[in-house]
Amino acid sequence: MSEAATRPKHVGSAVRRVEDPRLLAGQGSYVADLFPADALHVAFRRSEHGHARIRGVDAAAAAALPGVIAVVTAAELDGLVRPVRATSRMANYQATATRPLAAGKVRYVGEPVVAVLAESRYIAEDGAELVEIDYDPLPDIADPEAAAQPDAPVLNPETSSNILVDRSFSRGEPEAAMAAAPHRVGGRFRFHRKAPIAMEPRACLATIERGRGALTLHSATQIPGIIRDALADALDLPGHALRVVAPDVGGGFGGKASLYAEEMVVAALARRHGRAIGWVADRMEDILSTSHGFDEIVDAELGFDADGRLLALRADILGDIGAASIYPWTAALEPVQVASFLPGPYRLASYRGHVRAVATSKAPTGPYRGVGRPISTFVMERLVDMAAHRLGLDPVELRRRNLIKAEEFPYKIGSGIIWDRSGFQECLESACATIDYAALRREQEVARAAGRWIGIGVASYAELTGIGSRISAAPGMPINTGTETADISIDSTGAVTAKFGVASHGQGLETTLTQIVADELGARLADIRIVQGDSAAVPHGTGTYASRSAVLAGGAATLSARVVRQKLVAAAAHLLEASEADIEVEEGRVRVAGTDRELTFREVARAVYSEMGRFPRDTRPDLSASETYDPYFGTTASATHIAMVEIDPGTFSVRVLRHVVAEDCGRLINPMIVDGQVHGGVAQGIGAALLEEVIYDERGQIVTANLVDYLVPTAAEIPSLEVAHVESELPATIGGYRGMGEGGTIGAPAAIANAVSDALAPLGIEIAELPVTPERLFRLIQAARTQI
Amino acid sequence: MTAKQHIALTVNGRRVEAEVEPRLLLADFLRGTLGLTGTHVGCEHGVCGACTILLDGVSARSCLTLAVQADGSSVETVESLGSPEMLSDLQLVFREHHALQCGFCTPGMLMTATDLLRTQPLATDEEIRDGLSGNLCRCTGYENIVRALRAAAARRETTTP
Ligand code: FES
Ligand code: FES
Repeated sequence: MSEAATRPKHVGSAVRRVEDPRLLAGQGSYVADLFPADALHVAFRRSEHGHARIRGVDAAAAAALPGVIAVVTAAELDGLVRPVRATSRMANYQATATRPLAAGKVRYVGEPVVAVLAESRYIAEDGAELVEIDYDPLPDIADPEAAAQPDAPVLNPETSSNILVDRSFSRGEPEAAMAAAPHRVGGRFRFHRKAPIAMEPRACLATIERGRGALTLHSATQIPGIIRDALADALDLPGHALRVVAPDVGGGFGGKASLYAEEMVVAALARRHGRAIGWVADRMEDILSTSHGFDEIVDAELGFDADGRLLALRADILGDIGAASIYPWTAALEPVQVASFLPGPYRLASYRGHVRAVATSKAPTGPYRGVGRPISTFVMERLVDMAAHRLGLDPVELRRRNLIKAEEFPYKIGSGIIWDRSGFQECLESACATIDYAALRREQEVARAAGRWIGIGVASYAELTGIGSRISAAPGMPINTGTETADISIDSTGAVTAKFGVASHGQGLETTLTQIVADELGARLADIRIVQGDSAAVPHGTGTYASRSAVLAGGAATLSARVVRQKLVAAAAHLLEASEADIEVEEGRVRVAGTDRELTFREVARAVYSEMGRFPRDTRPDLSASETYDPYFGTTASATHIAMVEIDPGTFSVRVLRHVVAEDCGRLINPMIVDGQVHGGVAQGIGAALLEEVIYDERGQIVTANLVDYLVPTAAEIPSLEVAHVESELPATIGGYRGMGEGGTIGAPAAIANAVSDALAPLGIEIAELPVTPERLFRLIQAARTQI
Repeated sequence: MTAKQHIALTVNGRRVEAEVEPRLLLADFLRGTLGLTGTHVGCEHGVCGACTILLDGVSARSCLTLAVQADGSSVETVESLGSPEMLSDLQLVFREHHALQCGFCTPGMLMTATDLLRTQPLATDEEIRDGLSGNLCRCTGYENIVRALRAAAARRETTTP
């Protein structure tokens, strides 16, 4: 195609980030930095009960506090903002509503019940504490297995049971193949609930343009376009009077990828009061109310033959999705993805998966980095290791025999997902080579002989990224997540502005999209400005989630830039009196090849837009384009992780000594940024495997609502991380990019679980529950020792 | 409301006087009263380190410090290091090593790093990791922050006589 596409200049190199100077100098603009001096602050009084009926609210003391402007309950918001429902096309799905404030009953600790509006955050919080809420406790619905029983009390009045989703997958002859399998391994696996813990707590700020009644909501969100569309309905506003902006956002990881009650309240109150109103979460309410992730019980069994050939897989998945179905992803998102991805990157003819999503009185779950696949990978990779152990085969060898090979793509797995060509085998070999697997095993032998508990764990996985319009990013969700638009223009000064519907929250999209636009357009990096995270930038966009932005926005950028470049070439050919074929564009200049006749972008732009008489009236061009990209199927990204761990026999804490990732994300736009994404993902995976757990007691009381009890890994717990890149064969996406933002978190927990099991193999311990905390490990080891 | 108290301190080399409520956190004073929003608040309970500043030259958590406690002190925030157009050596080394993603932890990391580079040998990665262990970063997995600090420590060796 264009010469830029074949000779990329910036794509593929470690371009320094555009975002960095402002962020390093403390000049970023996060939502909490944007409050005007006269903004009012909201504080929420949240439920202290897991499940209770609200008998009454006494707001008198709060309302009397000097500086308190209003104390607001659900009833007062009726008519100002409508509840939003996460609908689905999935059979056996029960929708629930997202309401601004709890009405009638509370369903989890932390659910917002009353909003206090005041002149400062300090006063708003004082006011919230003075609110008296009278509750009638209702039966506890904290245990997912009990909540799934037919006679269990029902949490959401609009549903007939707590089972919000019930779905099965079947392929091949799962029952017969399992029964006939010469060997079987299996067990009950438990992956405990996590909190995303972006370092910036959630926050939002609504400002009003009084002259025309327009509302701008600045929100720490990954999905400004989806929030705009949902609030436009909820508030009954046209899109041009409602703009949602995600400014600098301090991390998201999925936790900022849903619509929240606080956004509805803040927007509705700003409209009612006609002035700027905002809310900034403290860490406790962030942990209480930001969507959690990964809470599943999986009963699974794998059948295989004496050569280690995998024959049949069966799984029963119970997902504890918390109090309600989150908007827009629905309760299906996390648990159904576990069932969809469980067969993994393997050749496996027969699969049966059954999944239920059950509501309990805990914070709603939603997307969290990896969505479902950290669990599916944990379970499948544990089963594969257990199979290897049974046969006395090396776990790498068993994977080598079963991973789908180059010539077998495209490959349809048991849940119906189709893998396109990706380096499954290549990643395994590359990870082994990078870490020198054979040497590592020898090292382990020596350490074991010296009495040390050292283990090596391997995990391979595949994921679907850059998903186009054929399926939704969440199973059954009726919202189109398969397209993105890029609006690129060269203005009359020759400056390039490229606008997108995606919303960077640390990924460095301003940089990677600049690289793509610069290459395709022939512009200089410094001439390009990327506008993103703003619902007003393009007519429709959804945001950044599901490892989609490099693929979708990158593809849209390429399409639009090519059109603009063509217009630029045509204009320059006219101005330079040359043929279009002879025009070259490079470094912000257009030139007649082989001559010194050239014009800068600025000169072309001025001639096009500002100068009289340079073009015939009917051929005066513009230098802009807006193109939309839909990769339709999406593409497969894959990786193998290898971890080496050591268990301290005194404290039972696990230390990760080495962690290597070999991954295939197609063409790298910016290797420095890709490595950074892998590092961050792996650290979250290590946290998920060893430290992090949101704990509720049997009454639905959360006991980990701060960073002392909810342990996020620090620099001292994370080892030095090594990353290798495999470019197997470029996928059919524009530019050859695959998504890669989540992968680190998908592979790491499984690799570490396998490594810990390997370390304890002499005791016959198989890890089936994560996180594997010192306490859990102590119990497992005690039990194993008493058995011996 | 309790009566406001008068405080006088130096912030980034500038003399500042104000009347503040006794309960006002130093972080909120810096951000809200002075508009120095580079200091971030990530937990308000002293764990995350996003709010780290230098108080009389020593790293401190501005979410655990009251503004009135800083009376008579000298405070340095991230804004004292460099500007977007003219980054400091430490900021440049962070950029070079891609030691930030979302940037929310970064001001606190930079202030902690400033303190560490002044006072610690930072001879090994382990020392660097220990030194950083009071500052949480959820984006980078710490790898590139450690690399940046390793480079900064090495440069310090070659530049100090
Ligand atoms: S905000 Fe001060 S330590 Fe987290
Ligand atoms: S860069 Fe995002 S928390 Fe550190």
